[in-house]
Amino acid sequence: MNEHHHGDHDHSDLSETELRVRALETILTEKGYVEPAALDLLIETYETKVGPRNGARVVARAWSDSAYRARLLGDATPAIAELGYAGRQGEHIVALANTPELHNMVVCTLCSCYPWPVLGLPPVWYKSAPYRSKAVKDPRGVLRDFGFEIPATTKIRVWDSTAEIRYVVLPMRPEGTEGWSEERLAELVTRDSMIGTGLPKQPHEVG
Amino acid sequence: MDGAHDMGGVPWTGPVAPEPDEPPFHAEWERRAFAITLAMGMPGGWNIDMSRFARENRPPADYLSKSYFEIWLAGLERLMAERDLVAPDEVAAGHALHPAKPVARTLSAEGVAAMLHRGGPTERTPTSPARFAVGDRVRARMINPPTHTRLPRYVRGHAGTIAAMRGCHVFPDSNARGAGEDPQWLYTVAFDGVEIWGADSDPALEITVDAWEPYLEPA
Repeated sequence: MNEHHHGDHDHSDLSETELRVRALETILTEKGYVEPAALDLLIETYETKVGPRNGARVVARAWSDSAYRARLLGDATPAIAELGYAGRQGEHIVALANTPELHNMVVCTLCSCYPWPVLGLPPVWYKSAPYRSKAVKDPRGVLRDFGFEIPATTKIRVWDSTAEIRYVVLPMRPEGTEGWSEERLAELVTRDSMIGTGLPKQPHEVG
Repeated sequence: MDGAHDMGGVPWTGPVAPEPDEPPFHAEWERRAFAITLAMGMPGGWNIDMSRFARENRPPADYLSKSYFEIWLAGLERLMAERDLVAPDEVAAGHALHPAKPVARTLSAEGVAAMLHRGGPTERTPTSPARFAVGDRVRARMINPPTHTRLPRYVRGHAGTIAAMRGCHVFPDSNARGAGEDPQWLYTVAFDGVEIWGADSDPALEITVDAWEPYLEPA
């Protein structure tokens, strides 16, 4: 897919699309198929309520509470629902624990499947041709595109989300965080660390 | 179907380009396109597999030249046109020209939270025992259906191992055609990188796909 359409270039093309979306919304509203207030609420939900902070809370809980970690790795959907996150594009969630021997990475080569309740809507790169093509063939090259490497001896398992199972990575807890509260730990958890294209922040990177 | 959407292992796509602090949407039209797509699921009555097929079933040049939300938009327009909900002349005119078709349900603002929370679970009660068990060796069938499928090309014909059983789930190949849910056992199948990509592959790479039972045969 063309990644140059989402920026501020290509004005003529963009305005044509813009007009088309406006036309559709007008028609759908005139016909009574959609309610503008519902549209506003859908947008607000995914801009302000559903995003990777949710997943960060799940990870921080798993880092702090070994019984919760066991529940999360055993059956993630109800464990995540304990924190209030559930629903669309997260009906069947599986959590994948990274270890010193195994690094997990999640992709959807066929479209853009992504665990919305814990990570929000997927970033452009996740939906892009480079990631979808390269993740299953050269995941270490992908990690280099993200600016880091993992040891050559660490096994990489790439999970292609081809069904309605949604995967979220449980990264390793950074060292030097003993005694930290869940709130503080959550600050270390990045979105990319829960996809497997990044690592959690180190203690010195947060206040 | 074999289309440009099936991207696993395709060369020449270039480096991944992460964007720091990326927002959920990059333009107002993306917000509205996202919202009308979600909201129209209710009056439209299509299922997720029909939506996916409406997006991916287009010539590669068309698919590859559209941005992500442009593909969503094109898919939505197709689904609505197929059901006479919105006609192309109305899109061109920018307003309704024909009477609204009666629809069973619409999404109100009050209903948004419940609709999102409900989601669309796909697990169903099994009606027959599973053919495979964890640890079994299986081969992804060589299939090239012209209709919707979720078996990516790069694993077809290759052998792997059942890594997990995921229960019985709605079968997209059937559901996308409006031929019923036809639930099938779903497995996570693990493939060695070398099996898929050959001797030059990263020896420490393993790939898993989620595959419904009809996609698999004993290896």
